[in-house]
Amino acid sequence: MNIHEYQAKQILKGYGAPVADGVPIFKAGEAEAAAKRLPGPLYVVKSQIHAGGRGKGKFKELGADAKGGVRLAKSVEDVVANANEMLGHTLVTKQTGPAGKQVNRLYIEDGADIDRELYLSLLVDRTVGRVAFVVSTEGGMDIETVAHDTPEKIVTVAINPEAGVTAADAKKLNGALKLSGDAAKDGEKLFPILYRAFLDKDMSLLEINPLIVMKDGRLRVLDAKVSFDNNALFRHPDIVELRDTTEEDAKEIEASKYDLAYVALDGNIGCMVNGAGLAMATMDIIKLYGAEPANFLDVGGGANKEKVTAAFKIITADPNVKGILVNIFGGIMRCDVIAEGVVAAVREVGLKVPLVVRLEGTNVELGKKILRESGLDVVPADDLDDAARKIVKGVKG
Amino acid sequence: MSILVDKNTKVLVQGLTGKTGTFHTEQALAYHGTKMVGGTHPTKGGQKWQGKVNGQTVELPIFSSLAEGKAETGATASVIYVPPAGAAEAIIEAIEADMPLIVCITEGIPVLDMVRVKAKLDKSKSRLIGPNCPGVLTPDECKIGIMPGNIFKKGSVGVVSRSGTLTYEAVFQTTNEGLGQTTAVGIGGDPVKGTEFIDVLEMFLADEATKSIVMIGEIGGSAEEDAAQFIRDEAKRGRRKPMAGFIAGRTAPKGRTMGHAGAVISGGKGGAEDKIAAMEAAGIRVSPSPARLGKTLVEAIKG
Repeated sequence: MNIHEYQAKQILKGYGAPVADGVPIFKAGEAEAAAKRLPGPLYVVKSQIHAGGRGKGKFKELGADAKGGVRLAKSVEDVVANANEMLGHTLVTKQTGPAGKQVNRLYIEDGADIDRELYLSLLVDRTVGRVAFVVSTEGGMDIETVAHDTPEKIVTVAINPEAGVTAADAKKLNGALKLSGDAAKDGEKLFPILYRAFLDKDMSLLEINPLIVMKDGRLRVLDAKVSFDNNALFRHPDIVELRDTTEEDAKEIEASKYDLAYVALDGNIGCMVNGAGLAMATMDIIKLYGAEPANFLDVGGGANKEKVTAAFKIITADPNVKGILVNIFGGIMRCDVIAEGVVAAVREVGLKVPLVVRLEGTNVELGKKILRESGLDVVPADDLDDAARKIVKGVKG
Repeated sequence: MSILVDKNTKVLVQGLTGKTGTFHTEQALAYHGTKMVGGTHPTKGGQKWQGKVNGQTVELPIFSSLAEGKAETGATASVIYVPPAGAAEAIIEAIEADMPLIVCITEGIPVLDMVRVKAKLDKSKSRLIGPNCPGVLTPDECKIGIMPGNIFKKGSVGVVSRSGTLTYEAVFQTTNEGLGQTTAVGIGGDPVKGTEFIDVLEMFLADEATKSIVMIGEIGGSAEEDAAQFIRDEAKRGRRKPMAGFIAGRTAPKGRTMGHAGAVISGGKGGAEDKIAAMEAAGIRVSPSPARLGKTLVEAIKG
């Protein structure tokens, strides 16, 4: 789950990280009061959307010459004018896709005098199974570009979970970021604070890009992007409160209610599969036979009839879907449960497109029998290859 | 021969009394009499678990702790069906009881819980398979986990996979080719796990009965590249077996399944094409279709 920059900064501030003062607003009418709460004379007006590249992004409605999604303002009036221009409009950035995202929230922040821009993030480094800091002196730009062009400028420091951030770790990080004096002292304080926040809140990514050294030699968190581990949300009701569903795909929200892993794609063959690997492999084989999947959908290991029915409804609600492939290799997932779910769903929502079902594994005979005796127009398939051929033929005619 | 488990493996179940634990324990008992010796429950110690196997009622003892169960039964392995919120503690309990083999089936464990587990695991003698995995199965001898037993056949192929259901594809197809398996190991799809490809590949290379290997990976991380490098290095030392592979997610949209910062730390690794190239460079035949794993392995064996 992702949150907005201003929410991330509020969390970090609560842990004592150096974050500028700022006020989120939801209506242009709130801009003046927000700006007046800040010291001035320099303000930053920042679009709050769940996508990067906001500064270089363009508002669809404003034309190519208008300023981007993050703007400097030099007076309260200037803040208000910018807020009026930005709120409610659609920001298109490198990460939003051409459709862009509507800006419904702004963050008005105290401006800073920047000396240097750095990159710092925390994540779980899967190669060592530890939380790691990833830092670079090349902040303020796309870190993937840095990784590609100058990988030697990225330094990774993995943290021993039993020791936490040690003095040696902090020294390494300060060295990698070329921090000295007050900035290095700020670093020594900041690194353990970020690590603590990451652990306490079950973050999966905490990215500060840029972390800045100001003209007065102090560190400040200038931008913050935080994602949380969905598997740990059950123990963080305060974090769940921060979810902004307007930032998410409606079908994906519906799927998440039933604990289904669903990703909308551009093709016309709807897929319902158990297991992430097999779900990806099913997409791969559909493409191999010359068609395109409409979605990735993993019903997971513990699916029941209700979940399967919900999955089927989500697939059939997509107007692009011209055929459906159900591919189940049951281990923890029993084929009879899938078959019952499919039959119940078809009875409820009807079936207007070809449906190919491939079942294998636990209780397969029972599952096949349920489908056979349902009287529904289900095309059975013997194996994955057969299933893919049949559904691609069914869609292409 | 086989790896990790055989007919002598005695298995305790953590989370035996739940619906999932019960169902799969019955299936394991029914599978050539896998030696399921009991289970644990914090408040039901001393009671009996009852299950149905081939129409007969079977009872297993319930212990209040894994250490007690291990002492009473001589168990050499434990399997975990505990729900995600308590699964990490269950693994730690097994590590602290010095259980040689721990297989965690549970899906959805918070990753930072696994970071804690990993630190303890690294200092122990236990081997953890998973979490979020289908388990380990040696045909006709021992089934730990949730793999469907009916698709297996005793034979010569070692199967190792990050994806549960694709493990079944590999098993099913190698059975249909008449090859059969020595052991199938699902290492699990979570980013932080107990056992990596390299660990299992080393065991398969050392196992005389394993004549060929199927390795199934997926996008994200760099475990497949590391495994490919391992296979190359071992081949230079004269240790090689015919191998077929598959990488799921060739057509997955970029940026959706792969985390932004994850791509940084692996230095450009993580996409399907890089993994396939690394595996092919190591002499592994990579099947473009998940339906051709068995046939691709047969071709690799013919050379």
